[in-house]
Amino acid sequence: MFRSVSRWVVAAPAALALLLGSAACGSSGSDSSATSSSAPSAAASSAPATANTLTVFAAASLTETFTELGKAFEASHPGVTVTFNFGSSATLAQQITQGAPADVFAAASPATMKTVTDASLAGSPTTFVRNKLQIAVPPDNPAKVASLKDLTDSKVKVALCAEQVPCGAAAKKALDVAGLKVTPVTFEQDVKATLTKVELGEVDAALVYKTDVLSSGGKVNGIDFPEADQAINDYPIAALTKAPGGPLAQQFVDLVLSQQGKDVLTKAGFESAA
Amino acid sequence: MAADDVSRRSGLTRAPWVLLAPALLGMAFLVLPLAGLLVRAPWTTLPERLTAPHVLDALRLSLFTATVATAVSLLLGVPLAWLLARVSFPGRSLVRALVTIPLVLPPVVGGVALLLVLGRRGLVGQWLESAFGISLPFTTAGVVVAEAFVAMPFLVISVEGALRAADLRFEEAAATLGASRWTVFRRVTVPLVAPGIVAGAVLCWARALGEFGATITFAGNFPGRTQTMPLAVYLALETDPDSAIVLSLVLLVVSVVILASLRDRWVSAGSAA
Repeated sequence: MFRSVSRWVVAAPAALALLLGSAACGSSGSDSSATSSSAPSAAASSAPATANTLTVFAAASLTETFTELGKAFEASHPGVTVTFNFGSSATLAQQITQGAPADVFAAASPATMKTVTDASLAGSPTTFVRNKLQIAVPPDNPAKVASLKDLTDSKVKVALCAEQVPCGAAAKKALDVAGLKVTPVTFEQDVKATLTKVELGEVDAALVYKTDVLSSGGKVNGIDFPEADQAINDYPIAALTKAPGGPLAQQFVDLVLSQQGKDVLTKAGFESAA
Repeated sequence: MAADDVSRRSGLTRAPWVLLAPALLGMAFLVLPLAGLLVRAPWTTLPERLTAPHVLDALRLSLFTATVATAVSLLLGVPLAWLLARVSFPGRSLVRALVTIPLVLPPVVGGVALLLVLGRRGLVGQWLESAFGISLPFTTAGVVVAEAFVAMPFLVISVEGALRAADLRFEEAAATLGASRWTVFRRVTVPLVAPGIVAGAVLCWARALGEFGATITFAGNFPGRTQTMPLAVYLALETDPDSAIVLSLVLLVVSVVILASLRDRWVSAGSAA
């Protein structure tokens, strides 16, 4: 009874499997080591071809600033393309330790950077900026939130980052310092997802970075709170030891640490590191 | 179904290699990643990780929501499939294409779309909240909504295919004997396409069980309330890959056991009839 449908249902995967099959045959014919899963050797062998590409893994909260710095880097290094992988620092650290071909890692917390340095995949990292939490509320602030204490009200819907990611760790620290217990409606997977819940008005408040509030361009309002000073996140950056882009990696780190880099980052709301 | 009979009669040895080689390659492609999980699993700490309360909470929630989402999909999806297969109305092919949108839409976008409609500032959600005090995001009901949204098309497609392939003469005969359209649907059509409905429900349930993107976007992530197994796996992966592997294995074992037993009991028996 499936016959008329099944003809198509069967044909599509079969065609795909054939394609994959022929692709696998092709690569195993030309290169007998293609089945080797050792990432370092794969990265090393492809280095000459990708030396004009710089791959930067950076925390989601750096999306706007690093994109701008990437353009500046491309302008001063003709022929070089900078590609970014923005995401939760913890996820990026996992990807790097699993052999993802990255040149630079900029993390939103020392703990996530430590995952990479512990695996001897990066030299000594440098703290380049610091980020402070703010309470983000929708522009009309429906729950009339004014302080951290207001978030403990059970009628106020709050979104926090999951404790596994840096913004969640910082939020927990700030709440612990204040001696407050907040039961959120959700623990979001990264800071941008948390911010989105406020932008859509689905929650009354969230703890996110000041820089994320600024980057939302007025879609949310930020409220400073004193306990944020005790939960400041340091952002470390490091060139990776197995960087396929070679010296370009350190040059990008230098740009981030330069006055130009500082200007871009502080304009976006980051606090300078030293 | 027919293929099963043929392979049983002629045996695997007669299968032409042009089909056998890609078939085996395809199987290896699908099964090897699972082997990878088994190899990397932290067997020594497995018992204590398995009995952690948050694992059991997530598993219970996953099984519950996937089952309710499948029930909702059956309730709405079977009539929808019938409408698409049996009633001709203008724009039917457009409606059919629209119904399958969740299949191609990235689930995260599906989650945002659900928020825009059913969120508390959404088109419908606004009214739900002011009129009934119902708010779906961040609730277990929200998980069911997200899962049903993503999984129902699998059921609709499967049932519609079965309906189109079914012999219309039985329904016509019943109608000429004076049965109403509802009676025909209930007593003739549904039994006739039952294997298609079961197969669709199984697909739908499996898809709902693995749902991640729409769920985390629409229902958020809160342990015991909206944190299903895939969400727990994703967050465990951030800091503790071993734990993520254990959680994935649990999900795998549960789904393989349920799907394998269902297939034997219902799908093959049904299609042989």
